[in-house]
Amino acid sequence: MATEDVKLIGSWASVYVMRARIALHLKSISYEFLQETFGSKSELLLKSNPVHKKMPVLIHADKPVCESNIIVQYIDEAWNSSGPSILPSHPYDRAIARFWAAYIDDQWFISLRSILTAQGEEEKKAAIAQVEERTELLEKAFNDCSKGKPFFNGDHIGYLDIALGSFLGWWRVVELDANHKFLDETKTPSLAKWAERFCDDPTVKPIMPEITKLAEFARKLFPKPQA
Amino acid sequence: MADEVILLDYWPSMFGMRTKIALAEKGVKYEYKETDPWVKTPLLIEMNPIHKKIPVLIHNGKPICESLIQLEYIDEVWSDAYTILPSDPFQKSQARFWADFIDKKFYDPSWKVWATMGEELVAAKKELLEHFKTLETELGDKPYYGGEVFGYVDIALMGYYSWFKAMEKFGEFSIETEFPKLTTWTKRCLERESVVKALADSDRIIEYVHVMRKKFGAE
Repeated sequence: MATEDVKLIGSWASVYVMRARIALHLKSISYEFLQETFGSKSELLLKSNPVHKKMPVLIHADKPVCESNIIVQYIDEAWNSSGPSILPSHPYDRAIARFWAAYIDDQWFISLRSILTAQGEEEKKAAIAQVEERTELLEKAFNDCSKGKPFFNGDHIGYLDIALGSFLGWWRVVELDANHKFLDETKTPSLAKWAERFCDDPTVKPIMPEITKLAEFARKLFPKPQA
Repeated sequence: MADEVILLDYWPSMFGMRTKIALAEKGVKYEYKETDPWVKTPLLIEMNPIHKKIPVLIHNGKPICESLIQLEYIDEVWSDAYTILPSDPFQKSQARFWADFIDKKFYDPSWKVWATMGEELVAAKKELLEHFKTLETELGDKPYYGGEVFGYVDIALMGYYSWFKAMEKFGEFSIETEFPKLTTWTKRCLERESVVKALADSDRIIEYVHVMRKKFGAE
């Protein structure tokens, strides 16, 4: 199963694309990274993901797989004999990992994003408070899932680490924009240490975008309203 | 060790119906606890502190929340019986994609079509019909979404079946007229005892919808 035809449609700035890349790196899979141009969608993207027309799309032997968490699980299962397991092995632990990954996308990220789209100080303060509250839940989830080990998944990066860790670049951009630290040794000691470990991991380090570059991109995506 | 399986569910919930279908397909014995999600009982709060919603599957005291996650869990734990998800990784990814589509895209207009009025209703109806069309096209001439075998996507969508009549009534459209392949598929799924026993009566759902519409101010 070594030399497969693997392509990934994505962008350097996308959290969701990063998830797929980390999974591919964990399994030591070589792939062709097809970067989309900001502001337009390639024909290949539209053909491979006609339903959502979004990245990432993993194309494995000409068959497209869409949606980042689905792609990560696919990579784990299609290359199950190479590299570490991405999903935990016990069904209950898998259910918990899937639960928190869904929470991160459906609830936690929505509040993080509202900080960038907030109109006025009141709205921003409310969004910040909500992210604080939701991050506290993730701190607890980390302690419960990791059981004293370095990652949500235990000894090495797994599904839930990828789900949250892929946001770390953007999270830092939001912290700078809001002038507010969420990940901090006093408020979120476990997550703060985990974040450092995650970013230092060899499967993550080469692809974690540079914060200044990401902040510049954020200004394009979320322009500030004119006074 | 005997398994203790409890399901906290509310009779109209399309999500709970999915879990009931899956448990029945696997022949799992469980205790059903009718749980009104608007009344946050101590048990509901204890078992689903994050969302305080149903269904919650409790297996030997440990809660599993979110219906699609429950379906995967049920499939993995009771793995010697019939399988809900295909074993091939690509087929599995496609099944997950379509179930995700149903919850991400189909869900919202499916309730807005009975809960809203005016422009919002017009937009919801348009969106709902588009998504039904997508689901009809994806099904094509296959007996089930996964092919020859009743599975994950069929369960994910059939969970909504009891609500179809309400969607048709308030959305003013006919699934049979507009989506013949889906109609044939629903009839095929309704031959399964697991499905028939799990679903709520469509007319009872319409009565429930009238109550909810008053709450939302739509009537």
